[in-house]
Amino acid sequence: MDLLSFFSDYTLRTVALGAALLGAVSGSLGTFALLRRQALLGDAMSHAALPGIALAFLVTGSKAPLVILVGAGLAGWLGAWFVIKVTGLTRVKEDSALGLVLSVFFGVGLVLLTWIQRRPDASQAGLDSYLFGQAATLVQKDLVAMAVLGVPALLLMLLFWKELKLLSFDPEFAFSLGYPVRRLDLLLTTLLVVAIVIGLQTVGVVLMSAMLVAPAAAARQWTDRLGVMVLLAALFGAAGGMGGAVLSSSVRRLPTGPTIVLFISALVLVSLLFAPNRGLLWAWFRRLRSRRRLELRAVLEDLHALSLQHEDPYHSHRTAVLRAMSEGHGGADRSLAELESQGLARRVGADRWALTPAGAEEAARWFGGGEGRA
Amino acid sequence: MTPTQVEIQLIAAVTAAACALPGVFLVLRRMAMLSDAISHSILLGIVLAYFVTRNLASPLLLVAAAVTGLVTVALVELLGRTRLLKADASIGLVFPLLFSIGVILISRYAGDVHLDVDSVLLGELAFAPFDRFELFGADMGPVSLFVMLGALAANALFLLLFYKELKVATFDPELAAALGISPVLIHYTHMGLVSVTAVSAFEAVGSVLVVALMIGPPATAYLLTDRLPVMIALSVGIGVAASLAGYWLAHVLDASIAGSMATMTGVAFLLALFFAPGRGLAAVAGRRRRQRLEFAGQMLAVHLLQHEGTAEECYESSLVQLEEHFRWDKAFARQIVRQGEHLERWRLAGDCLELTDTGRELARAVVER
Repeated sequence: MDLLSFFSDYTLRTVALGAALLGAVSGSLGTFALLRRQALLGDAMSHAALPGIALAFLVTGSKAPLVILVGAGLAGWLGAWFVIKVTGLTRVKEDSALGLVLSVFFGVGLVLLTWIQRRPDASQAGLDSYLFGQAATLVQKDLVAMAVLGVPALLLMLLFWKELKLLSFDPEFAFSLGYPVRRLDLLLTTLLVVAIVIGLQTVGVVLMSAMLVAPAAAARQWTDRLGVMVLLAALFGAAGGMGGAVLSSSVRRLPTGPTIVLFISALVLVSLLFAPNRGLLWAWFRRLRSRRRLELRAVLEDLHALSLQHEDPYHSHRTAVLRAMSEGHGGADRSLAELESQGLARRVGADRWALTPAGAEEAARWFGGGEGRA
Repeated sequence: MTPTQVEIQLIAAVTAAACALPGVFLVLRRMAMLSDAISHSILLGIVLAYFVTRNLASPLLLVAAAVTGLVTVALVELLGRTRLLKADASIGLVFPLLFSIGVILISRYAGDVHLDVDSVLLGELAFAPFDRFELFGADMGPVSLFVMLGALAANALFLLLFYKELKVATFDPELAAALGISPVLIHYTHMGLVSVTAVSAFEAVGSVLVVALMIGPPATAYLLTDRLPVMIALSVGIGVAASLAGYWLAHVLDASIAGSMATMTGVAFLLALFFAPGRGLAAVAGRRRRQRLEFAGQMLAVHLLQHEGTAEECYESSLVQLEEHFRWDKAFARQIVRQGEHLERWRLAGDCLELTDTGRELARAVVER
């Protein structure tokens, strides 16, 4: 695909725009879900949306995207409400409540869908594309529906930025300041539902939760600031959504939802490995460097201890002795070479080493004058 | 009922029982969402094994699925151990990825009649009896019935052999570790069984609804009892009942059997939520109401005792004064007065309330308390 065909191909443009929009919305709102440890609530809500899709069609007889999406949203919202109520009122724990809502709502949705399918006036074709998403079927009408729901959600997020931030990091403090915590909670849940709903057509109910979790999880690795994290998550979401949607609609038999998930998971993996500071590679590198520094110090300490045994502090000692002394932490030769390059030790003859004046000073500063290791 | 209908119900009941057993411990150990993760990601194992064997009935599928399930659990734990992500986010990242790879592999390379995404995700119990198990040329019954019986037997055996260990590891992991019971071993065996059960059931009920059968009945039983053996028995009973009811619901609506089974587990949970003896919402509401009435009655008795023998005695016991004094509404005040009359705590003398001996005793007891 070249740039020209991207701008001239109407379908491709629609698909890419739609996926980018949904990625941006779900990425930025998913950030709050991730921070509030509600990653799996998103999963339950997106599965719970299925009966809403069927009911919206049954009640209105319309397949207009806005109607279907509102139905899906109401059902997803009801699912979230049910999880909160069950965990609050009974001793059933959150994980069970989530699993229950997820599977039972999905089951009800399945019953309704199959029931609609077998009715004589069946004209539901397309409803089951909500299971896995079908980006290629996106048309302008769908884009409008997504924008009508998504843009206000983002605006609301910005409008209540301070409140949502406080709610995500310290709800007790927010409560003590007199913020309407329960209503803010409701607002955030509603915004999440909106984020889920606009992705249903493209990604599908089964995988939509990944669109909430993955961009935010990737963004989390790069920053400790909420504003930056939301922006990055939106960016990652948009990039992954666009990449996946465009690829799946230009290659035959490549389902959209899974392809997008693959793209975004790759972003997560890269972030987990390479993000500065938090990234695994950096942590590994840091660990290695600090181990090297410790080894270096150990050898310097050994040299120092040996020199204390002699009248002449710059007397040279055999490499074999130093090697034996650093048994267990290893790398005596490498450390000696490093000490030499720092001007702290010098090589004497073929296999003897001695402290330099600078090295003796450094060692005395670190390890003290008299009570070196025997 | 036709023989096919009987067979479908048998498969449904056995599936529900097989799912309920590991489900009890998923619910108790707060790992319910791991079953969701496992049931999704085993798809990848099934697909990979299918590519190797080209046979959906191969036992290799079971092995591959169990391995994928364990890999999922291990990956979730590995991600959690990096401390870069919380446990819920790790689950939410791992299974969509594995599931997506599975779905893409199916639609790219295996898009034939044997294996398609819809059937894995949704299952189709109605077709299960067509696949027959034959022994020496004799028809023994549907294959999936035997597969599910095998899963049920494996779960039951695990439960029987390791009941004590499971119980300790579930309710007191520290004690289990101190006693030398490896929590890790128990955990992974449990997860392996969840995977095997999920893959056995996916053909019949699909991967999402396996979760309903694993979590729904145990969560319902959890509302009804405090004893582990009772909870296990109830879970199996509720699961079987819900699956049979689900079959008939599907029959009436001509809709998905698996979906109806999940719906009926939801109905069972709702019933328990409202009507569980002692703990259900109805019982709790009733208890609150009774306590409120009893408390109000006691307060009125104390109030009457306080003003007994004073000049305002009669005035203080008028309904208007009760509404004013206790901030009761008229109907409630009337109800309390009538309740006390009925219990013979006081009686109406003209326009005034007059304490009886019972009432006086009650009021004194309350004041002294």
